[in-house]
Amino acid sequence: MQVEQFLENSATQHPDKVALISGSERLTYRQIDDEANRLAHALIASGVKRGDRVVTFLPNSVEAVLAIFATLKAGAAFVVLNPTTKPDKLTYILNNCRASAMITWGGRLFSDPTGWIETPHLHSVFVLGANEAQAAAVQSAGKKLIRLEEVRQGTKDAQSPAKKCIDIDLAALIYTSGSTGRPKGVMVTHLNIVSAATSITTYLENTADDVVINMLPLAFDYGLYQLLMMFKLGGTLVLHDSFAFPNVVIEKVIREGVTGFPIVPTASAMLLQMDLSKYSFPKLRYITNTAAALPIEHIRKLRALFPQVKLYSMYGLTECKRVSYLPPDQLDVRPASVGRGMPNEEVYIVDENGDRVGPEVIGELVVRGANVMKGYWELPEETDRCLKPGPLPGERVLYSGDLFRADEEGYLYFVGRKDDIIKTRGEKVSPREVEDVIYSLEGVAEVAVIGVPDPILGNAIKAVLTLHPGAQVTKQDVLRHCSARLEDFMMPKLVEFRVSLPRTESGKISKRMIAEDHQNSSHAATNV
Amino acid sequence: MHTPDIEREVRSFVITNFLFGQPLELQPEDSLLAGGVIDSTGVLELVDFLEERYAIKVEDAEVIPDNLDSIRNIATYVAKKISCVV
Repeated sequence: MQVEQFLENSATQHPDKVALISGSERLTYRQIDDEANRLAHALIASGVKRGDRVVTFLPNSVEAVLAIFATLKAGAAFVVLNPTTKPDKLTYILNNCRASAMITWGGRLFSDPTGWIETPHLHSVFVLGANEAQAAAVQSAGKKLIRLEEVRQGTKDAQSPAKKCIDIDLAALIYTSGSTGRPKGVMVTHLNIVSAATSITTYLENTADDVVINMLPLAFDYGLYQLLMMFKLGGTLVLHDSFAFPNVVIEKVIREGVTGFPIVPTASAMLLQMDLSKYSFPKLRYITNTAAALPIEHIRKLRALFPQVKLYSMYGLTECKRVSYLPPDQLDVRPASVGRGMPNEEVYIVDENGDRVGPEVIGELVVRGANVMKGYWELPEETDRCLKPGPLPGERVLYSGDLFRADEEGYLYFVGRKDDIIKTRGEKVSPREVEDVIYSLEGVAEVAVIGVPDPILGNAIKAVLTLHPGAQVTKQDVLRHCSARLEDFMMPKLVEFRVSLPRTESGKISKRMIAEDHQNSSHAATNV
Repeated sequence: MHTPDIEREVRSFVITNFLFGQPLELQPEDSLLAGGVIDSTGVLELVDFLEERYAIKVEDAEVIPDNLDSIRNIATYVAKKISCVV
């Protein structure tokens, strides 16, 4: 099975059912399938071929959904980018995956040709709402400009293009933070997605009657899968663009009869700050949390607020989509656990020699299943570091880089990361990527980026830096420089200037000592 | 306090805290969210600022785009709140 068949099968079985609610638009499965077919034909006509990569760079919207499915129908792999991605990183990713086409909107389009000239592989730009200057910039760089409005309004080519792919072909590249500072493209096949979506919808007991709200970016696999899973089952997706106005989300949950509400700890912290007692949620069946563990206090309060709702604590990695979930009936028994492997997936813990360990021993978590990625795009060494030989000859399993222990009954407990990746707002941030950006600011001598506990973000990003003698750099300068280069979730919240940074005996900057200093100073502040 | 004064202060807060001193082409009616100026945690910071600076209580139900998604909407909302307080 291929991923675009999620949509095609649902369009056959439930043609007139509302599939997608986004802003003021409500589209049925038939409408989405017809529109995605038209866009797929337009992609093919522009020169997109089987196996090409097509970047979707759009806010959560109907167009983003059409772009994903049209790319698959054209036989290409979709690459969804966070709409707050800045020009340097956008250019890097367009070139890294050698995207042949991009589907985007006027909001963040390069308005001078330079940006376009730097992406030689990109031949076509499909755009919504581009102004004349932006359109001229695209065209003067020798690229085709296709207006998305015109494709959407068209009436021809409503049939699906002929299938060219098989299920071990690439369906998507999902870019994730790498410890080297450059994002890595996780190679996901159709089979990976079908397997993961089947396992997850099985344990969540999803049906075509489900209505799921998604306010997470589609660039984030947790957000993306809400769409894929609803379309697989013929359910309804309510697509929203942010959790900035929680009341708007809550009202949509009630108005649209939402049954499934995926959150991350930051959203949970915001929900728990609100007075929700005046609302009732008769249709809401489940809440899921992943990306980072919910504090036990949040779990307790959420259960009090939503007594009839099943709460799923889950844990995942982009490299295999989801690792584990805690059955809701276990929440009172072991609230700190992230549960067990999902259906049709094996998870186990190994020591440094790769041998399986017994209960209560800390080791690295290993994941085995058809949901495990093919590797990192064109990074064979990094791929070999995390995909290692498994039980069968020739087989490769995923070494997660996360330290875990299991209890006597096999339930998993997260212990820590083997690397220094920071989890903030549910997303992974490479300290190196933020450091590289800050190092490029004139006057900065040294910088260390760490994660520090934050009640809303989970971890907040803190940059500690020293300046060259005589340099005048303010916190605002640092933040302004970062905001032009980093996505919103990567932005430092705290910036501290020091005369020097602490070092280990071998002379490396000691992030451990910086983190300890932060902890001591925040304790001191609390005690004042 | 008059709405234009509030608007000036809010604009200055938004530019300092979310644009880090770079005013770009921020029009009073522009959507802060759609323009990528603020995100969900930015809204929380904005609410803290308004409550502290204008001694008002921003109710949960008031945290909506009509009140907070543009500099003009914010100024109008704050002016209304202040006149209720007085």
